[in-house]
Amino acid sequence: MAISYAVRERAYAGVPRRGPVTRLLEDERWLGALLLLPTAFLLALFIAYPFVKGVLLSVTDARVGVPGTFVGLQNFIALAHDSIFREATFLYTAVTTVFKLALGLWLALLLNRHFPGKALTRAFVLLPFIIPTVLSTFAWKWMFDPTFSVINWTLYKLAIIDSRINWLGDPQLAMISIIIVNVWRGVPFYAISLLAGLQTISPELQEAAAIDGARPWQRFWHVTWPLLLPVTMVVVLFSVIQTFADFQLVYVLTGGGPANATHLFATYAYQIGVGTGLLSEGAAVSLAMFPALLVVVIVQLLYIRRVEIH
Amino acid sequence: MARFTRRNFLKLSGGGAVAAKTGGMAAILASGRAPAFAQSSAVHWLRWVDFVPASDEVMRKEIVPECQKALGMTLKFETINANDIQARTTAAIQSGSGPDVICGVNNWPQLYAESVVDVSDLAEEIGKAQEGFYTVSRAVASDGKKWIGVPWCIVGAQIAYRKSWFEEIGLNKFPETWEEYRDAGKKLKAKGRPIGQTLGHTFGDAPTYAYPYLWSWGGKEVEADGKTVVLDSKATVDSVKFMTGFWKDAHDEGGFAWDDTNNNRAFLSGTISSTLNGASIYIEAKRKPDAYQTEKGTPLWQDILHAPLPKGIAGQYSYHLPMSNMLMGYSKNQQAAKEFLRWITSKDVFQIWFNSQQGYTIGATTVWEKDPVWGKDPVMLPYRSAARNARFAGFAGPPDRKAAEVLSKYIIIDMYAKAAQGMPAEEAVKWAHEEVKKIHT
Repeated sequence: MAISYAVRERAYAGVPRRGPVTRLLEDERWLGALLLLPTAFLLALFIAYPFVKGVLLSVTDARVGVPGTFVGLQNFIALAHDSIFREATFLYTAVTTVFKLALGLWLALLLNRHFPGKALTRAFVLLPFIIPTVLSTFAWKWMFDPTFSVINWTLYKLAIIDSRINWLGDPQLAMISIIIVNVWRGVPFYAISLLAGLQTISPELQEAAAIDGARPWQRFWHVTWPLLLPVTMVVVLFSVIQTFADFQLVYVLTGGGPANATHLFATYAYQIGVGTGLLSEGAAVSLAMFPALLVVVIVQLLYIRRVEIH
Repeated sequence: MARFTRRNFLKLSGGGAVAAKTGGMAAILASGRAPAFAQSSAVHWLRWVDFVPASDEVMRKEIVPECQKALGMTLKFETINANDIQARTTAAIQSGSGPDVICGVNNWPQLYAESVVDVSDLAEEIGKAQEGFYTVSRAVASDGKKWIGVPWCIVGAQIAYRKSWFEEIGLNKFPETWEEYRDAGKKLKAKGRPIGQTLGHTFGDAPTYAYPYLWSWGGKEVEADGKTVVLDSKATVDSVKFMTGFWKDAHDEGGFAWDDTNNNRAFLSGTISSTLNGASIYIEAKRKPDAYQTEKGTPLWQDILHAPLPKGIAGQYSYHLPMSNMLMGYSKNQQAAKEFLRWITSKDVFQIWFNSQQGYTIGATTVWEKDPVWGKDPVMLPYRSAARNARFAGFAGPPDRKAAEVLSKYIIIDMYAKAAQGMPAEEAVKWAHEEVKKIHT
């Protein structure tokens, strides 16, 4: 570094009257820092500040309109005894991720083939992902409506059921319902991302394997899958973070009900913090997501670094 | 009170301007506030989307222009889903900006007591002019020392039921006890016409059903001291046990996922026989006699009657939905907003809106019981004086902030929902008791 600095100094030796600011900016370290400033400012404003504010709130007894006093970890201790929010988020994330991956991969493999209308089909597949979640979830809400469910109506007319299925009113079915909608919404993201990954795999590898006598399943398992794995990992980890912190879908469909059976971290934090106005408790609930997400992020970063090195 | 005319207003505000002029800058600075009307002539009022759509029309088409004429203020009238009002209020308070006046339901003002303006003078003035507030309106909008909201109205809650369907199972009048109601519901459900009630997280029908039901068995959240939690009692457990069977035998089980609108739709479409509600079902059916008909092709509204909730072993209770207008502390427009509240709650102006409600709401003051609206339709009569004997959330204690928290977390409702979904009654009660206790300690 010192040498390059010296060289540059000499190259500019003939230029007269350089002010201290110009000199400072010619130093890459300062210029770099300066160019990073806007990003750093945005990150601080929109990510660091809310996060720090959340942490500060969670260790007080603040309520709406009342700043509150420091209470240490009391809110977190109370949460540890809270029966409402424990399993649902993990179950929701785990189940939806498995389904989204399996269906998304399947869809990606299908879309990777040549068939007429390929471009149009690919565009249509993205629809659930493109429509604003709140809108599409409202449509689902009507389909699952306790009284007017079109799904129930169809099944009833087809003589498959003889009484209504209580989609959103039964705790287990409500969980299944939100899982169905999340999978429906998430599959296109998986499919398109994995399709992009599939297209980077050279067809020659497949052809070589085929010539060697590999069956389709063997070709997938020994050629496609290992090559697709880096993309898959990134997609899965990204999706896990998204799903874990999901809010709008559950908020619209069940509001966390029936009797709190489908509350995720985010919806529960919203009900406590924003609905009831117990800001500190709400902040504590949303921060409870943090350790789990941190693990996911660390795994993701480590993995990406490993891929980069290789 | 005197009608607040444009002329009066001009005189007043003109006087204010003169006072400001004579006192000069010093007087304005000393008052710590810019001359009130000069700050802004717009008041932003947030309310729920009314269950009587005609009333929101009246607000927009008559009251908003009238406000401009009488007060010289632009009234920004905004309506949102009632279940979103609490979130909106929290956001507004925390950000320090939002509607100047928020119309809250239940005892919500208690949650925001620190963030609203003391409106004692105004509330007392209106109470005095209109023959006094109902106990429930006073209780939810005052904290014992001062008024934290100006009571607006009370949505009466009565059971709307299908006369002919109850007659078909041999009942010429509505069941008087919970046992009778359960028997009737069982027969009706067997015919595919269950009772429809929500046990979901929703502001109105859920608490107005679950709380009086609890009280009628002798259960209560706390003792009269407002501190000693006594929810876990034999009476509560009995009520939960009865509800478990009652729900299965007689209710539409989709009710767990209902909000305040679902029972209206279900009743109007003829899938339920009976539901506790404001009079909106009846009013809507009457408004559209061709759209809503019975299976025999007659207008549905002619087959609807209203009745109070049945009796339990400890008595017969009701919980009607009070609404209060909170003047928000962050408002930069407080003086104007207060004038607006004085104007809109005054008898003449309130009357315009009250007429459009057709009895769906009772006034917050007793004077409205004398209104001619009650002579128009005998089916609406059970609502007239319903609020007189109403209890409110938090009983036997006051409907204070803690009671509002219990309500906002839907603990009592979830207690019944959990049991109806299969949790043993004792366990559900214990859970609810602990949750209530956490709030009260």
